[in-house]
Amino acid sequence: MSLKRPAKDQPKNFEFSSSSLEAAKTIVARYPEGKQQSAVMALLYIAQKQNNNWIPLAAMKYIAKFLNMPYIKVYEVATFYSMYNLSPVGKYFVQVCTTTPCMIRGANKLVEACKEKISENESELSNDKSCSWMEVECLGACVNAPMMQINDDYYEDLDKEKTLKILDKILNGEKPKPGSYRGRINNEPENNRKTLMDLKNA
Amino acid sequence: MLKDQDRIFQNLYNDLGSDLNSSQKRGDWVNTKEFTDKGREWIINEIKDSQLRGRGGAGFPTGLKWSFAPKEVGSRPHYLVINGDESEPGTCKDRDILRFEPHKLIEGCLIASYAVQAHVCYIYIRGEYFVDGQKLQAAIDEAYKKNLIGKNAAGTGWDLDIYIHYGAGAYICGEETALLESIEGKKGQPRLKPPFPALIGLYGCPTIINNVETIAVVPTILRRGGKWFASLGREKNTGTKIFCISGNVNNPCNVEEEMNIPLKELIEVHAGGVIGGWDNLKAVIPGGSSMPLIPKEKCETLTMDFDSLMAEKSGLGTAGVVVINKDQDIIKCMARIARFYKHESCGQCTPCREGSGWMWRMLERMARGEASRDEIEMLGDVTKQIEGHTICAFGEGSSWPVQGLLRHFKDEIKKRNKFDPIVRENKNIPYLVDQHLLDKNA
Repeated sequence: MSLKRPAKDQPKNFEFSSSSLEAAKTIVARYPEGKQQSAVMALLYIAQKQNNNWIPLAAMKYIAKFLNMPYIKVYEVATFYSMYNLSPVGKYFVQVCTTTPCMIRGANKLVEACKEKISENESELSNDKSCSWMEVECLGACVNAPMMQINDDYYEDLDKEKTLKILDKILNGEKPKPGSYRGRINNEPENNRKTLMDLKNA
Repeated sequence: MLKDQDRIFQNLYNDLGSDLNSSQKRGDWVNTKEFTDKGREWIINEIKDSQLRGRGGAGFPTGLKWSFAPKEVGSRPHYLVINGDESEPGTCKDRDILRFEPHKLIEGCLIASYAVQAHVCYIYIRGEYFVDGQKLQAAIDEAYKKNLIGKNAAGTGWDLDIYIHYGAGAYICGEETALLESIEGKKGQPRLKPPFPALIGLYGCPTIINNVETIAVVPTILRRGGKWFASLGREKNTGTKIFCISGNVNNPCNVEEEMNIPLKELIEVHAGGVIGGWDNLKAVIPGGSSMPLIPKEKCETLTMDFDSLMAEKSGLGTAGVVVINKDQDIIKCMARIARFYKHESCGQCTPCREGSGWMWRMLERMARGEASRDEIEMLGDVTKQIEGHTICAFGEGSSWPVQGLLRHFKDEIKKRNKFDPIVRENKNIPYLVDQHLLDKNA
C-alpha cells in the first residue's frame, strides 16, 4: 500500500466539461442498471485528464453525486489506486520503472537522468513547472527494459543518454516518438530472430 | 524448436498488421458459427481434450473452469471477465496480444461467452496499457461494425457485448476476486473463497474469469482440434506458451514456444544467450517475480512447464523468465522484489501488510551486510508466517521469492552478514544491552 495525500491547495469547485460529461455518460451506460458505481474508476480518470493530470477533492465530491454513491467510497478508490494523482504533477508526467527486471538492466541511470533534468526529488515539479517524475513499480514492458512512461506513452530500450535527450525534448514542449529507442521492432529478439521468418521476409 | 505453422500468434511481432482484414487472412473469424452450432458440450469437451491450463499463473484447467458455470441461466445473468491486468514483474505477453492479435481475443471472447452463456464480457486492462487498450477498442469497434459481435454475433444467434474496463495501477487486481471488486467500483481487495466466482462473482452473478492468453488461444484450438493442441508439449502440460525472456540476456524478447522447452534453449537460442556467457549466469526467475528463483546448476537441464517446475519447488506462473547474471547482486534483486510486494499489498490481511514490509527492510539490510546472523533464520520464519495466512495468494507470491533466495543463496547472505548481536570481544561499548551475558562468563 502506498501512501497518498491530497494536495493542500484545493480548488473550490469542479465540474465536468461537456466533452467529459459525454464520455462519462457512455461509460456509465456500459454497466447494468443500478450498478453505476462501476464507472467510478473511469470517471476519476476522466476528471484527472480534464484537470491537468490530478484529481482535486471537489472532483471526488462531484463524481460521488454524479454516480449517486457516498463520497467516502470515491475517496477510498482514489486513494487506493496508484495511478490517480491527488496533488498536482507536471503536464508531462514521467514514470520510471525500477522493479527488478528494469533494475538489472540499469533503470537507476534513468532515475539519475530525471534527477539531473527535472528535479532532485520525486514528485517535485521542474523549474518551469511543466514536468515531474516518479519511480513506479513494474509497468509490464520487461523485455524492453529499461523503460519509462510519459503520460500515456511507453519509451523503451533506453539508456541514460537517450533518456536525457527525451527529457530535453519534453522540457522544450515537444512530444518525442514513443516506442523502442534501439530501433527494434516491438518485442522481437533484436538481430536474432529465429521464428516466424517467412512473415518477416514476406 | 516449434514449427512456424504451429505457432498460434502469427502476428506476435506485428509483421502483418492487427486490423480485421489481415486477421481474417490469418484465419481469425473463419466459420465461427460452426463451433457454436456444435453446441456448448462440444466446445467444453474440446477444450478439456486439449488439456489447456490457464495462462494467468495458477494453471487451472480451463475446460474444467468453464464447466463450473451453471448449466441453466437462472434469474441472474452470467458474465465473462477477461483478466488483462498484467502486472507481474517479468511478464509482458498480454500486451502483445492486446495490441497485435486483438481479434483472436475477441473471437475467443465470443466462443467462451457462448460456452458459459454470458451475454456481457468485460475485459479488464491495467491502466498503464492505455494505448494498447485503445488498439483493442479499435478492434472491438471494427468487430461491432462487421456484426461479429453485438446482436446475433457472427451469425451464431448469440448476443454479446464486450466492454473494456481500465484498472488504475494496482497489482492486486490481477487476483480474480480483487478484479471483480475493482469492476464493481470498489477498492481492489480480494474476497474470501468460497463462494467461488463461477457461482457468485461479478454483481453476485455467476462469472467465469480467464486470462487474455487463455482466451486468445481458444479459437485456434477449436479450429485445429483439441488433439493437435494436446500433441504439443507433454501430458497435462500441453500446447504453446508465450515466454517473455528479460533481464541479463543479449536479446530480450517475447517468443511463442512449445511447453516443456528446455530453459537453456529459450535463453541460448531465442534470447541470444546470457550477457557474459552461460558461465556468467547466476540464477533465473522462471515464472514472474512470485516464483522462487532457480540457481544456475539446475538451469542446465530444466524444462519449462507447470509440473516440472513444481518439482523444483518453483512454478511456471506467467512464464516471465528473468535472467540474472553474476554482475548483479542477487540479494539486492530480491530486496527490490520484496519492495514491489510491500508497495502492492492491498492491506487487507495483517500478515501480508506488515510482513511484506518486514521482509523488504530485512533484505535491504542484508544486501548492505548490516543484518545479524540470527535475522536470516528470522526472515525464513516471517515468510512462513505470511504464507497460507492470507485471503488471497498474494501472501504466497510475496514470500516464495524470499524463500527461494534463502533456499539457494543462504551461504551468500551468511557470508555478507556476520554481525553477531552478542558482543564478545570489545566490551567498551556504552549501553550494551547484553552486558549481563558477558559478565556471567567473565
